[in-house]
Amino acid sequence: MNRLKRQLAPYFLVLPGGLWLLVFFAVPMIAMLSLSLQQGDVVYGYRLTFHWQNYTDAISGYHDQLVRSLIYAAIGTILLIALSFPVAHWIAFYGGKRKPTYLFLLLLPFFVSFVLRTISWRQILTDDGPVLQPLKHIGVLPDSYHLLGTPEAVIGGLVYNYLPFMVLPIYVALERIDPRVVEASRDLYASPALSFRKVILPLALPGVFAGVLMSFVPMASDYVNSEVLGSQSTTMIGQVIQSKYLQTSDYPTASALSFILMAVLLVGIFAYARALGTEDVMKVAAR
Amino acid sequence: MTTPQQSAVSRPPTVTDGTPAIRFAGVHKNYLAHGESVAAVKRTDLAIAQGEFFSLLGPSGCGKTTTMRMIAGFEEPTAGKVYLDGKDVTGVAPNKRDINMVFQSYALFPHLNTYQNVAFGLERKKVAKDEIKRRVGEILDIVSLTGMEKRAPREMSGGQQQRVALARALVNRPRALLLDEPLGALDLKLRQQMQVELKRIQREVGITFVYVTHDQGEALTMSDRIAVMNAGVIEQLGTPRDIYERPSTRFVAGFIGTSNIVEGTADRVENGLALLTYSQQDRVVVPCGSAVRAGDKIEVSVRPEKIDLHRGVPPVSATGASVLSGLVNEVVYHGTSTNYTVATAAGADFTVFDQNASNADDLADRGDRVYLTWAPQHSYLIGV
Repeated sequence: MNRLKRQLAPYFLVLPGGLWLLVFFAVPMIAMLSLSLQQGDVVYGYRLTFHWQNYTDAISGYHDQLVRSLIYAAIGTILLIALSFPVAHWIAFYGGKRKPTYLFLLLLPFFVSFVLRTISWRQILTDDGPVLQPLKHIGVLPDSYHLLGTPEAVIGGLVYNYLPFMVLPIYVALERIDPRVVEASRDLYASPALSFRKVILPLALPGVFAGVLMSFVPMASDYVNSEVLGSQSTTMIGQVIQSKYLQTSDYPTASALSFILMAVLLVGIFAYARALGTEDVMKVAAR
Repeated sequence: MTTPQQSAVSRPPTVTDGTPAIRFAGVHKNYLAHGESVAAVKRTDLAIAQGEFFSLLGPSGCGKTTTMRMIAGFEEPTAGKVYLDGKDVTGVAPNKRDINMVFQSYALFPHLNTYQNVAFGLERKKVAKDEIKRRVGEILDIVSLTGMEKRAPREMSGGQQQRVALARALVNRPRALLLDEPLGALDLKLRQQMQVELKRIQREVGITFVYVTHDQGEALTMSDRIAVMNAGVIEQLGTPRDIYERPSTRFVAGFIGTSNIVEGTADRVENGLALLTYSQQDRVVVPCGSAVRAGDKIEVSVRPEKIDLHRGVPPVSATGASVLSGLVNEVVYHGTSTNYTVATAAGADFTVFDQNASNADDLADRGDRVYLTWAPQHSYLIGV
């Protein structure tokens, strides 16, 4: 009896998580997959006809938006690393007793709704707003200059909104570095710059790796920043999916696009992990 | 670089012989703690000779680690100067000091293997590749780690990591090696092994070792000289024998080994001996030179193993010796010795170590009346 219990224990433990995955992941995925292969319209209803053409139509119709999303996310990720590393480094090594305060300050804006914050950026960046107006007034910028509606504004919004997703993993990796290891490198004739390159950077790379995963994926599928800060020419794939679902009720195309995006991201992530697995990353950087 | 004598009884190199490897001149270090300036090291002068095994010994917070970090360059003195080989290095960055350190808990580079860890310093110094290879191989041989080149730190035992840390520092042939409680994380057996090992390595490479520890046993067995620190001050500096046999302050007497301390008034001073009498037969004799006059209040320390314990009134031949009677409070059998705690007529409880040389039985039992005697030269004045 007892032996049986002991053998079953792991299965009981996996039950809550397993059920969760089944109800909230597997079931919706299957429902979406089926939806993406259906034909019909809102009025007469959709029927499952294994219409694979939904996928080819989606790719040929929204190829540009898909590629644009990936490019924006890639540029955003690079900017995020450049911005987040110094911030995380400073908090981890010079934060002292105030580390929790600084982290809290970093997260504070994110207690306000994502959409609301993005809309306030719209106010800030508008043509006669507090940023552009004075610059135009003193003649630094021409009167015709605008930020809203440009790719720069959209990428800026993405970077702003996903900053914590890059700062926090890098911070965690840096925070785990024993300061004595850094001292040891200084003791072994490394200048501060070399000590950073040979010790701090390689040890922080797993954090960067995690940060890239955590920010690139949501940025590539983001649908708010381009909607609020962009224009027709900056439409991202997330917006297309959203409007297909909620405005034109074209469920099959929306589902097909979702699956295509997911597939592209998954392939990208696996390729990235294969090419730059954390162990290898550290070895490369240590050279 | 001078090599210390390799004779069986190795004597410490004299400080005055040549330029000291490390010299402190009036070094003072203040820290800001809770808005208040606290002195971690107070106006210290210190000279450590070339090739010497020098220990900084003291309780935690005594300033020994700060002292070491000022030698390495991780801390700068608030006042005073630090000299390495006669050159003023105050304000020089750690990477520009020809000194290496073995950190507490080793601080090995977790992303590098043994070879890369050991080669780190040589690579920074732009030593040629084959030369690095040769020297790393050589030093790994000295610390008995040959064949471990490809291992990552986390794949090695504490003792092995310890030796990687040692090799990583020694391979650079620094002017001096600083060791910060390097054996603290090892278990007793391994620690004793490493003590012998460290001493052997130091003899082989002939580099000045500065060893920071709170473990008096470690300091006594390994060092040529010891500086005992307390509250930012070097209380006593001398050979292990000096420090143990002739502690100059109450702190040193208490911190190094066990000491019995009696207080009293010098009743008589003659022939350089001060006499404290407690009763007709209870008296303590202490050599005092000219430091004490009759009527002075003094403190005397005696090591527990110098004291003889007698069941009856001690023989008359013990004239000139100190004699204290008392009652045995506690008898603790330790295998090689038996420790007695005796409440003496001098007011203080005494600890006595009696070697279990031949007698199978203990000399006394709890509650027995006993007499403690010891020769005058085993009494030391402290704090004078």
